[in-house]
Amino acid sequence: MTGKTDQPKDVKRRKFIGITVAAASAASVAPGILLTLADAGTESEGASSNVRWGMLVDSNKCAEDCTACVDACNQENGIDLLQRPEGQGDEMWNAQRPQWIRKVKLRDRQTDEITNLPMMCQHCEFPPCVDVCPTGASFKRADGIVMVDRHTCIGCRYCMMACPYKARSFVHQNVAEQTVRAPRGKGCVESCNLCVHRVDSGATTTACQDACNKDGHQAILFGDLMDPESDLSKALKEKSSRQIRADLELNTGVRYTSL
Amino acid sequence: MHSSTGFFRTAGLILIYGAALLSSSVYSGSAVSPGSKAAGMESCVAPTEDMRRNHMDYLKHDRIRVVHDGVRGVKNSLAGCIDCHAEKDGKGGYHPINAEGQFCSGCHEYLAVSLTCFQCHSKKPDPKQKDAKSLSGSVSIEQSGHLGLLTGFDEAPALSAEEMVQLRAISREE
Repeated sequence: MTGKTDQPKDVKRRKFIGITVAAASAASVAPGILLTLADAGTESEGASSNVRWGMLVDSNKCAEDCTACVDACNQENGIDLLQRPEGQGDEMWNAQRPQWIRKVKLRDRQTDEITNLPMMCQHCEFPPCVDVCPTGASFKRADGIVMVDRHTCIGCRYCMMACPYKARSFVHQNVAEQTVRAPRGKGCVESCNLCVHRVDSGATTTACQDACNKDGHQAILFGDLMDPESDLSKALKEKSSRQIRADLELNTGVRYTSL
Repeated sequence: MHSSTGFFRTAGLILIYGAALLSSSVYSGSAVSPGSKAAGMESCVAPTEDMRRNHMDYLKHDRIRVVHDGVRGVKNSLAGCIDCHAEKDGKGGYHPINAEGQFCSGCHEYLAVSLTCFQCHSKKPDPKQKDAKSLSGSVSIEQSGHLGLLTGFDEAPALSAEEMVQLRAISREE
């Protein structure tokens, strides 16, 4: 559990490996490879283990009554399309409705210092939700995004119990309407997937980051932890940051500063 | 004695198989909804007979690549099915593809195979994606001539007596 696989590797070594691999493949099966690439058309390459997506949240910049990130997430991932089941009271609805990102307010008991921060799936390198999943529905992609394959999720909610961050939600009711990018149905667990549909289409920001920037707070920074040249890696190098519950040695992909 | 019955049985099977193949080529008239984009296209991502029998396997195979491996733009995607096969409702939107008589439910109801995709997946094309990429050269409905089995939306989809015979021939082959 002491692995540090998300740390930026030596740049020169990375480049050297890249060139060697490219040269080897070109020499061995050059015509075949060219053919395959030409036929592939619009199919993307998929998640790569040369990337680990992560996030840095500056809780100093997170404003107290702002819910821009939560609203943006709800809209991006179709959570706002959910209808409250008939006859359900406010308390139950607010406790049970899916929440991929939520605002948390901390108060230091001794100094009364208030800290605000958004809390979501921390995209652990060693995710407990994946450890406990009996069907393999909870999994970590090659690029570090932890998500649920709802095709295999049986809704047992072990992962919800195992997650130290309370990041997962269960869909309790039938869902009448979904967006194409975010399928959702009764009986499955779900959580933040770092806007995986955007990442896969080449976007470099998440919906919550866009919303936070638009409101002028700039508290959220999304990027590649493995790329030493990314804004995220540079920011992590400059500022002192923390993983929440670092004692669990999960090596989270989401880090916090000013905490 | 045994070997000769074996021979006849094999020959008979081959004959039935051949007949089924012939009839299936007749049977492969279109079942696409006339008001959908698919009606103006030459073929699906694979030949119609292939898609009819294997679409569920293709979808299952590619969904694993999308969800677990992050490969996007795969050939067999449910969103792709819906983009082409959803029928316009004439009010700027689309009919849900699992509504009665629409492309998916037309066959699934007839064959009594439950259609669970749309408990979770969207039943309509992405409204943001106005013109999804076309798969092949387009042919107008007038040119293609036939509109297939599921053309009447006021009544439940039905097969003619002749089509029923052909369908039975195909299912016997399996």
